[in-house]
Amino acid sequence: MHSRLQLYLWMAVLLMLGLGAAAYKHWELGFPLVPGKTQTVWTVEARIEFEGTDRPVKASLNLPDDTENLVVVESVAASPGYGFELMKSKEHEVRGVWSARQSKDTQTLYYKTNVYRGKGKPPEEPKKKPKPADKPVFTEPKATAANALLEDAYRHSADAETLAIRMIEQLNAEKPEDNVRILLQGIKGRSQKNQLTVELLRSAEIPVRLLRGIELTDIGRRQNLQELIELYNGDQWIAIDPRSGELGLSETFLPWQRGDQWLMQVEGGKDSSLSFSVIANERAGRNVAILLGREEQAGIVDFSLFTLPVEVQNTFSILLLIPIGALVVVILRNLVGIRTSGTFMPILIALAFLQTTLFVGIVLFVVVVGVGLMIRGYLSRLNLLLVPRLAAVLIVVIGLYVALSIIGFKMGLMGVLSVTYFPMIIIAWTIERMSVLWEEEGAREVMIQGGGSLLTAILAHLVMTERHVAYLFFAFPELLFVVLAIILAIGQYTGYRLSELRRFEPLTRY
Amino acid sequence: MFRIATPGKLKRAGISGMNRRNVEYIAQNNPRHHFPRVDDKLVTKQLALHGGIAVPTLLGVVKYTGQIKRLPKFLEPLEQFVIKPSKGSSGKGIIVIVGRDGERFVKSSGKTMTFHDISRHINNILSGLFSLGGRPDVAMIEEMVRFADVFENFTYEGVPDIRVIVYKGYPVMAMARLSTSASDGKANLHQGAIGVGLDISTGRALHAVQNARPVEYHPDTGARLKDIVVPQWDELIRLAANCHDVTELGYLGADIVLDKERGPLIIELNARPGLAIQVANGSGLKPRIEKIEHEIRGQLRRLSSEERAAWSLQAFNYGESEEDTG
Repeated sequence: MHSRLQLYLWMAVLLMLGLGAAAYKHWELGFPLVPGKTQTVWTVEARIEFEGTDRPVKASLNLPDDTENLVVVESVAASPGYGFELMKSKEHEVRGVWSARQSKDTQTLYYKTNVYRGKGKPPEEPKKKPKPADKPVFTEPKATAANALLEDAYRHSADAETLAIRMIEQLNAEKPEDNVRILLQGIKGRSQKNQLTVELLRSAEIPVRLLRGIELTDIGRRQNLQELIELYNGDQWIAIDPRSGELGLSETFLPWQRGDQWLMQVEGGKDSSLSFSVIANERAGRNVAILLGREEQAGIVDFSLFTLPVEVQNTFSILLLIPIGALVVVILRNLVGIRTSGTFMPILIALAFLQTTLFVGIVLFVVVVGVGLMIRGYLSRLNLLLVPRLAAVLIVVIGLYVALSIIGFKMGLMGVLSVTYFPMIIIAWTIERMSVLWEEEGAREVMIQGGGSLLTAILAHLVMTERHVAYLFFAFPELLFVVLAIILAIGQYTGYRLSELRRFEPLTRY
Repeated sequence: MFRIATPGKLKRAGISGMNRRNVEYIAQNNPRHHFPRVDDKLVTKQLALHGGIAVPTLLGVVKYTGQIKRLPKFLEPLEQFVIKPSKGSSGKGIIVIVGRDGERFVKSSGKTMTFHDISRHINNILSGLFSLGGRPDVAMIEEMVRFADVFENFTYEGVPDIRVIVYKGYPVMAMARLSTSASDGKANLHQGAIGVGLDISTGRALHAVQNARPVEYHPDTGARLKDIVVPQWDELIRLAANCHDVTELGYLGADIVLDKERGPLIIELNARPGLAIQVANGSGLKPRIEKIEHEIRGQLRRLSSEERAAWSLQAFNYGESEEDTG
């Protein structure tokens, strides 16, 4: 009974810690409990990496601009050992410049900023009307084709915008005309095609420039910059999407670089690379201000997850879901009495479902494990030792991934490609364990445990992806103490499991 | 027919659930560092011999592949023997040789194998094919048990054994496990073997279940299961009680077979015995365990295994009254 007393004490402490901190953050600091009535705040992070060369280094990055719909605020350039300053170029572009006397090995520089919806101040354009750039020179037969295309576009349009739209439609037509086909010869990829569009518009004496930026609705790590084309219609610059011909900036497009400016420049370093990541935080609109206002006073906020670099935040928003998955497993196994194959295997499967989506994930899991079991059934006839056998199963699993991906791709089933998100070591172990189970206990037991695992994974997935749950644990990570307290309580539960009400039912009839 | 009991009903019936078994019976009574005493049959056997517990005689142990060379000479005088992995579980990897057919060895199933087959099997044992987690193992060669006739009509192919649960040295509950064609000759209840609850004071059958449902006759042999009376019962209970002294495990499952000449023998001990025994007995473990706890609290000294067995033989003598109310 002594251990039980200790347990109660720990539970009380954990509950007080977890609920206390959460309550303080909620009432004193204004962290909302539900993600409802929210405003999306995107945290965008640019990450520069390069190899230092022991010489003084200066890295500069063009910074994002406000638009009519977006406000860029709270920029942080977190990079120890570097001086950081903002510089305004002649073209009114703002650049961030990091500098240091010496740099060695791999250096990482972060630029992090928050973007809100709201009316922002786009950068001022020079008063002077822009002059059209020099006409590009095409070689034959492209020159003739370009002329024909321009003529066609000119005839079917009224002004610069409609001309551009017409031309983009022609360039992107599913069955391009002969002229277009000639022009597109040797053009590979979106970027080169955009360059061609720019050159063609310049031939028509329209001032144009490229606009690179981030579509904020694409959330995740390693985002690429998207390219738009801006043209001057005699009055102002207007963006046009070179893929669809749509005019104007989308509400969530964050411009990062215009025209011929450098996006990034590293002097004194080599092998530089730039990557972007976007994370969307749902913050209650009313509370955004409170949160920011208190940031400097309250230590607890200073130590919140929101202050970490975005990539790390992304990782934690997933890591924090794992304890919830563990709680689901504990409840299903110890209170409900569902049997699973491998204790925490269902959590890993549930995490894989995050990437594959639920339905596709279930189908893929059943196919991979099913086919794996069949092949493993043959392997067991060869009487292999444990470790070589496991290794063989692992190779079979990877082979299955490859086969599924290729077949799925050829059949146009893109969802199948996400099969690689299933952790293969775990899948291999699952197949091995189920196969042994099959030989020792029969197919029925395999169905029970396999079905139990899948059911647990599905339930864990549903709980983990619930918007309120995910938000709550990211905003209040101290609630993990509460989860721990609940798990400790279940750990000492000696009552019946739900399944035992059925199992031992015959015993109540004597 | 899908019936469900309320927790209250199960509680009144004194049923212990898996959570109680894990938290109270196993975690509080079975120190983990004593588990190897029962998980490794060779260790169990050595402990048993020291503690005066009857076990099938150990004829030899193969520890290294190199020793297989000396095996033909060793096996020559043996007509019947059993090869088993020391760390195997649920009967995996056990070969029973009942005789010779010229150069070949005859298994209990009637099939034959060559010496080459045997040495390959032993190699598999040594490399851990049958042990938990694939750990390296040793192969034990034992004398074959000559099963007593009592169970002759009550079992199909497999080996009948008696499971006794021993709580803090006191035998609590017992059942016989009889294989059927449905269980493929195995004595595992969840694979369709029959569990026969035995009166702990007399060794008489109380009640029998197959797949958790009551049965009256053995489905393969047609024998009436209630007719089972296990002979040498007092001796068997004393043997079970004694297992506690050598293993120091407070919640223990002793698997016992009856040899024609030597009487009850321990073939395996289990530190995590399951709860199906409650279903076979038609009653719960909890009141009996509470009765033992109460008895222990009232004692001035630790009782010997004989005294504990004697106590158990009279303490749980309510088999008759159960039948009356049922």
